[in-house]
Amino acid sequence: MSETVAKINIACIVNGARQRVQAYPMARLLDILREEMHLTGTKEGCGEGECGACAVLLNGAIVNSCLVPAIEADGSEIRTIEGVASGDQLSAVQSAFLECGGAQCGICTPGMVIAAMALLARHPHPGDAEIREGLAGNLCRCTGYQKIFASVVRACKTSGEKLAGTR
Amino acid sequence: MEEKYFGHSVERKEGRGKVTGRAQYVDDLAFPDMIHGVTVRSSIARGRILGIRYGEGIPWNEFAIVTAKDIPGTNEISLILHDQPCLASEFINHPEEPVVLLAHPDKYLLEEARRAVHIDIEPLPAVFTIEDSLAKRTIIWGEDNVLKAYHVDKGDVDGAWATADVIVEGEYRTGAQEQLYIENQGMIAVANPADGVTVWGSLQCPYYVHKALVPIFGLPAEKIRVIQAETGGGFGGKEEYPSMIAAHAALLAWKSGKRVKIVYDRAEDMVATTKRHPSRTRHRTGVTRDGKLVAMDIDLVIDGGAYATLSAVVLSRATIHSAGPYVCPNVRIRSQAVATNAPPHGAFRGFGAPQSIFAVERHLDQVARAVNLAPEELRRRNFLHRDQTTATGQIIHEDVNFDGLLDRAFKESDYHAKRERFAKENPGATVKRGIGFSTFMHGAGFTGSGEVYLASVVELEATAEGCVRVLAASTEIGQGANTIFSQIAADALGISYDRIEVAQPDTGAVPNSGPTVASRTSMVVGNLVEKAALDLKKTLVESGLLCDACTEDEFVRACKRYIETRGPLRTRSQYEPPPGLHWDDTTYSGDAYGTYAWAVYVAEVAVDTLTYEARVTDFIAVQEIGKVIHPVLAAGQIEGGVAQAIGMALYENVAWREGRMANGQMTNYIMPTAADIPPIRVFFEEQPYPFGPHGAKGIGELPMDGPAPSILNAIENATGVCLREIPATPEVLMEAMAGKAGALV
Repeated sequence: MSETVAKINIACIVNGARQRVQAYPMARLLDILREEMHLTGTKEGCGEGECGACAVLLNGAIVNSCLVPAIEADGSEIRTIEGVASGDQLSAVQSAFLECGGAQCGICTPGMVIAAMALLARHPHPGDAEIREGLAGNLCRCTGYQKIFASVVRACKTSGEKLAGTR
Repeated sequence: MEEKYFGHSVERKEGRGKVTGRAQYVDDLAFPDMIHGVTVRSSIARGRILGIRYGEGIPWNEFAIVTAKDIPGTNEISLILHDQPCLASEFINHPEEPVVLLAHPDKYLLEEARRAVHIDIEPLPAVFTIEDSLAKRTIIWGEDNVLKAYHVDKGDVDGAWATADVIVEGEYRTGAQEQLYIENQGMIAVANPADGVTVWGSLQCPYYVHKALVPIFGLPAEKIRVIQAETGGGFGGKEEYPSMIAAHAALLAWKSGKRVKIVYDRAEDMVATTKRHPSRTRHRTGVTRDGKLVAMDIDLVIDGGAYATLSAVVLSRATIHSAGPYVCPNVRIRSQAVATNAPPHGAFRGFGAPQSIFAVERHLDQVARAVNLAPEELRRRNFLHRDQTTATGQIIHEDVNFDGLLDRAFKESDYHAKRERFAKENPGATVKRGIGFSTFMHGAGFTGSGEVYLASVVELEATAEGCVRVLAASTEIGQGANTIFSQIAADALGISYDRIEVAQPDTGAVPNSGPTVASRTSMVVGNLVEKAALDLKKTLVESGLLCDACTEDEFVRACKRYIETRGPLRTRSQYEPPPGLHWDDTTYSGDAYGTYAWAVYVAEVAVDTLTYEARVTDFIAVQEIGKVIHPVLAAGQIEGGVAQAIGMALYENVAWREGRMANGQMTNYIMPTAADIPPIRVFFEEQPYPFGPHGAKGIGELPMDGPAPSILNAIENATGVCLREIPATPEVLMEAMAGKAGALV
């Protein structure tokens, strides 16, 4: 690849900040984020789109960044786990994972938090089946998923309370 | 002492780092001078190395290349025995045997180079199954392929058969299982003769890695330093194998003079690192017509793979748990770990017990049927109680209330009503429902004299700011060790949880508190944390700087004053066995464990008779684990273990091809997803264990033991099909259900 194809310029907005890198067009977005932008919160679990540890939001949609070629990221807006909290203020989903025991070893957690956010964006009040389906692309080997389900339910409740408070 | 934190679900210590993505795992660490390393492995299972060829088109002079002859010390991965080389030099004993190491700054070129190395091997006959290994036609290890064997004898089994009304035989098998932590294994090393060797990595047992690196480099112990990075799950998979990767990264660093990172990708991690030992267990059980067990004859074999590694101790735990939590006057257990030409099988949560408990709990359902008793009634007539003896002759000195656990599990699961309802509804239904259970125990801590040999040490150190650091080699791998140590220390010192810090495990800075394995960290090491904390407070009180009932401010001032006037404030505690424990390694008898966790698990299944797919639809886990330290973490351990065991029971199938895992991908090695796991309802009975911190026992491995037999017992209840092997994939179910009419009683 390195001999035959030239690097291209990739410009995108990551966590609200403008980023410009040079990369091979078929380089993995995961590697661009981790190695070029030093955003190591996004993890590699399998490299084949099965585990979801590398999940990020690309133009608002959840993707496995190990399957996204760099060229697809050009001109896009990306949100990674580093862009979820505001400073030290955790998001409702992050707080819920902390309170409910949704994170154990933590390696699936960034992807799982992103998946939970994507789920709540689609279904603000998901039922059990929607939660299971919404998280089925993200593998966790520690929790048996129960506390992750509970975290999602808690996050709905707290974000609902916050919304109510602002009305 | 006040329990302000013990028993409460405080925020986990490293939780914020994990939910924000700031936690640094080994692959997240980068250094300016760092280069990457890869491993070139054998292509076949067994043979003699004839030569190594480096193909054309690769600028080999840019690479650091390491083979066995570059090892400065001894070519071995030191563990219990010394049979496993760090790099194969003459003989190949399994298809993933490492032979050559390469390092280069460019990861992509490195991968091309790895493919350009050709290892010429003259094939030798290989052994791939337990049966072939036992047949001893080809000897691949030692004189007889036997890595380890144990004999347990209680009473007189041969004399007891005559007193049995019925004798029931059965053979049960379990497959290999991949730990499948989501963080692949990896290490970073710097190494040179002047400074010695330092490695950072994903690991459970810093001092195991330390012990392995000393002979490889022939350096004094203090020249070797092992530091744990944040670790993304272990489950036993990062117990012994990290020594191998650490050695490889360090050898490349030694040769190149650069910092070297080796991180496996998923495929390499799945095929090359350890898995759960496959097993075959044969039971022959004598029982009276009224359901009393009179003789248990158990023949257990596990497949250890190509080298001895930890198989002896895995076999030990499998052996001791193989007769279950029952009283039987006559028990004979013959167990062996045998070699095959597969990568060595290793530690995986449960450590042999899930295999042997699967066999005995499936078998007892068959025994019950043979004497026309309900499975619970047979077990009730044989449960172990206080003052009775286990298979190894251990007298149980604690109250064991299996009847109570069973009652609660049946009530929570509505067992009897469901059993009745399913019997009515199943005939004619496409999806058949069933409910089954298992009753079991898991020994906490190292087996036999293990803890005495380990003689673990913990230290505590106060700072002038009034914080207290826990110094231990026990690792946080997701289970919550940091949090639990902090709860225990805070309560013992009477200060707030936020004042406790847990030091990063670093062999250069922390004492050896033993490996993070065997459900021992909370119970054994937690107890040492408590002792060291009480001692620290006592030191302050005896120095006259603090009164016993102090405020936090007073504690902070006392620490400051003590350090200013007397120097460092540090205390140390070392393991002492509970009084009266005796174990005899020669006869394999005595007190196998200081205590056990006791449990009854109930599984409900739905079996689709068109697709042959079995699903677990409800799960109840009732256990007595001493006192619960942190309700959320404890439930998390049980739920995670149950999910992993559901995978073991139904989904996770390692496809072997000549000693090599053929499905080393998450695409076709299937672990449970959020859509596959039922509600897991967890209930704790708490009976304080006098020698655990505040009465706590170990729990980490327990939940791996009971689900598989519960699920297969439930499948039998649903379908009438008696499965004796796991994983019970649709293929296995289809074959069994097709042959049902002829094969079953």
